[in-house]
Amino acid sequence: MYGKGILKGLSVTLKHFIDTYLDDIAWWGKRYYTPEGIARRSSPQGRGIFTIQYPEERRPLPEEFRYLPFLVYDEGPNGEKEIRCTSCGICTKVCPAQCIWIVRTTDPNTGRPVPQPAEFYIDADLCMNCGFCAEYCPFDAIKMDHDFEVASYGRNVYSLEKLLKPASYYAKIRPLNYAREEEARKAKEASKAAKSA
Amino acid sequence: MATVTAPALDLAARFPQAVRPDTRPGYSGWIVEKDHLLEVATALRDEFGYDLLSSVTGVDYYPDTMEVVYHAYKTTGGPGIVFKVQVPRQDPIEVPSVTPIWAGAEFQEREAWDLLGIRFVGHPDLRRILTWEGFAGHPLRKDWKEPFYEEEAKPYKSRWPDGKFFYAEEKNPFKDNLKFPPDFNPEDWTPDKADALLYASLARYLKSDDELKTDRVIINLGPQHPSTHGVFRAVAVLDGETVVALKPVVGYLHRNHEKIGERNTFLQNMPFTDRLDYFNSMSNNWAYALAVEKLMGIQVPERAEYLRVIMAELSRIQNHLILIGMLLNDLGAYFTPSLYAFEERELILDIFEAASGSRMMCNYHRFGGVVRDIPPEALQKLKGLVYDRLPRKVDEFDRLLTENEILVSRLKGVGKLSAEDAIRYSITGPVLRACGVPYDVRRAEPYGIYDRFDFDVAVRYNGDVYDWYLIRLDEIRQSLRILDQAIRQMPEGPVMSTKPQYQVRVPPGEAYGRIEAPKGELGFYVVSNGKPNPWRYHVRAPSFVNITALEKMCVGNKIADFVVILGAIDIVLGELDR
Repeated sequence: MYGKGILKGLSVTLKHFIDTYLDDIAWWGKRYYTPEGIARRSSPQGRGIFTIQYPEERRPLPEEFRYLPFLVYDEGPNGEKEIRCTSCGICTKVCPAQCIWIVRTTDPNTGRPVPQPAEFYIDADLCMNCGFCAEYCPFDAIKMDHDFEVASYGRNVYSLEKLLKPASYYAKIRPLNYAREEEARKAKEASKAAKSA
Repeated sequence: MATVTAPALDLAARFPQAVRPDTRPGYSGWIVEKDHLLEVATALRDEFGYDLLSSVTGVDYYPDTMEVVYHAYKTTGGPGIVFKVQVPRQDPIEVPSVTPIWAGAEFQEREAWDLLGIRFVGHPDLRRILTWEGFAGHPLRKDWKEPFYEEEAKPYKSRWPDGKFFYAEEKNPFKDNLKFPPDFNPEDWTPDKADALLYASLARYLKSDDELKTDRVIINLGPQHPSTHGVFRAVAVLDGETVVALKPVVGYLHRNHEKIGERNTFLQNMPFTDRLDYFNSMSNNWAYALAVEKLMGIQVPERAEYLRVIMAELSRIQNHLILIGMLLNDLGAYFTPSLYAFEERELILDIFEAASGSRMMCNYHRFGGVVRDIPPEALQKLKGLVYDRLPRKVDEFDRLLTENEILVSRLKGVGKLSAEDAIRYSITGPVLRACGVPYDVRRAEPYGIYDRFDFDVAVRYNGDVYDWYLIRLDEIRQSLRILDQAIRQMPEGPVMSTKPQYQVRVPPGEAYGRIEAPKGELGFYVVSNGKPNPWRYHVRAPSFVNITALEKMCVGNKIADFVVILGAIDIVLGELDR
């Protein structure tokens, strides 16, 4: 019969249509604007309407999500910022877009370099979010952010003030990574202490 | 591991005067005398069975030699052969064209002419292809420098240790930021003049030998046309509604990926490969990693091999689903099938995002493994997809579309291509297999761990667009079979065999890594001279090579079918224009 294929296809779209309401009824009141509802909609079991109403609803980001680097500082006992970066330059060397610029600090008395960046720029318009800087940083000083809402009218060259974020923020967005790195650091310090003792 | 090993046949014995083995350390294959190239190439195709010319490219061994490199394979499987022609690097650099032998060389030779300035004698239509006629010089030559030239290779010294930030345009002000050829005046340039050569190449089709003396007309489709999935242009000569001749015009998205690649370090190229075929960054990563791993001679741990297979097959599934959805969009079935496809794709991209950190620009592979293991919750989701959801959804697509009478009448018999033509035009991937050639790199020359899996090479025999559509569904089903096995077999263990290094040491030599990407054979030809940057970095892009046969597919069909054919070949302009 001519038209059988079309009818068969229409049965599929009809099923999708009905599924929407079935799921809405089964999840009455919980399907939208709730974390479970979002999880349900983006799971393999999800059916029916699938979209997430951004920005009212937000999909939880996976820990490894990466968007633009930031610099991590530890908070000192008196609230001072202990910048982890030593301005070793590995991130500038590995950066595929060459969007990182670092000025090293020099000691004004001796003229020798001090392990601390005097200036640090990231041209966020060039950055391709590859995550190499965070991956190869030996001091866990530069990390990839989760904040992707950075649209602006002008050019985006981030300087040190804009880039610095506390370690507590890092621990919040990447808890597993943070815990793993802290453990490694403590183990290293312990072995160092054992050696010197 | 797939390797272009020293070929079993002894070409030097067969052609004692014309061929000698390539004995440079790290190199393999044969060096053919320029004057005997056609003779040797014909023998390779007809006597030795190397019927599929995979890649043609040039290497500029500045300052002495220019080399043209050919990679040919047998469609019956097995390792390939690589042969080269060396000519002195003095203009005019001339090499005989192999287009009469392997028609698939046509666009690749045009590319080599455009980017390297190698003139292919006997080529039917040797014009620039990726850059335009107002472009000065041949950009891949080592002595060519861009108007704002910073340094030969990254990392640039201005970034560290005294990285005073500057905007590139401060050093490269407007009007100084381009160069023109000496005889080119941008003031009196018009698009007509630019296309004069193109229209001249079509002029012979304009005369109709019809009794009615009807006019034939030239129609431009694109570069801005909804059916072209980007900035692709085709110039067609029509007789009524029937296509008589058709020339694709590409390069609107050209960014000289390969020059950027030669400025980059080996590792820095990895995220750039994401941006070729931006639907399948996982496969692109893999092909590039294969080529460099071959040069470095390093192995990949078991778990990483499995992760690579899983990611590549997921990538294939979402690519084919999107292709089908978008094909239906082109046909006028607006957005119902394509949004059904996007639903599945989003779920697959969730897995990519959890593992690699990004949905599309994955940058997941490293030399010697993958960057990190897949998180447990993503693996759980993956199982739900592979064992439950995706098989259901593929069947649903099948029910939705396959028997639809309108679809069948639009697709059946359109774009018909014979198996011989498909091979001659170096077509690879699903389109080749739908023409009746069961050639799949995963089987023909297994890379990674594909030799361990039990799957069928999907093949269809009519060679029309309907078969191109059906084979995508077949391939999704086969990919699900591979995924099923891969998830069950995947062992625990490390995912990197080497210590992560930001600067890898790559010994001198050449390597060609190729994989069966969703769109066809994706190859990376990498030459290292022991420095941190590749000396040559060439991408053999399936989209680019597959459209060589676009004219062949379209001639004789109606102009409305062009949209269908182009949609079903599966091109992506990021890869086509590079």
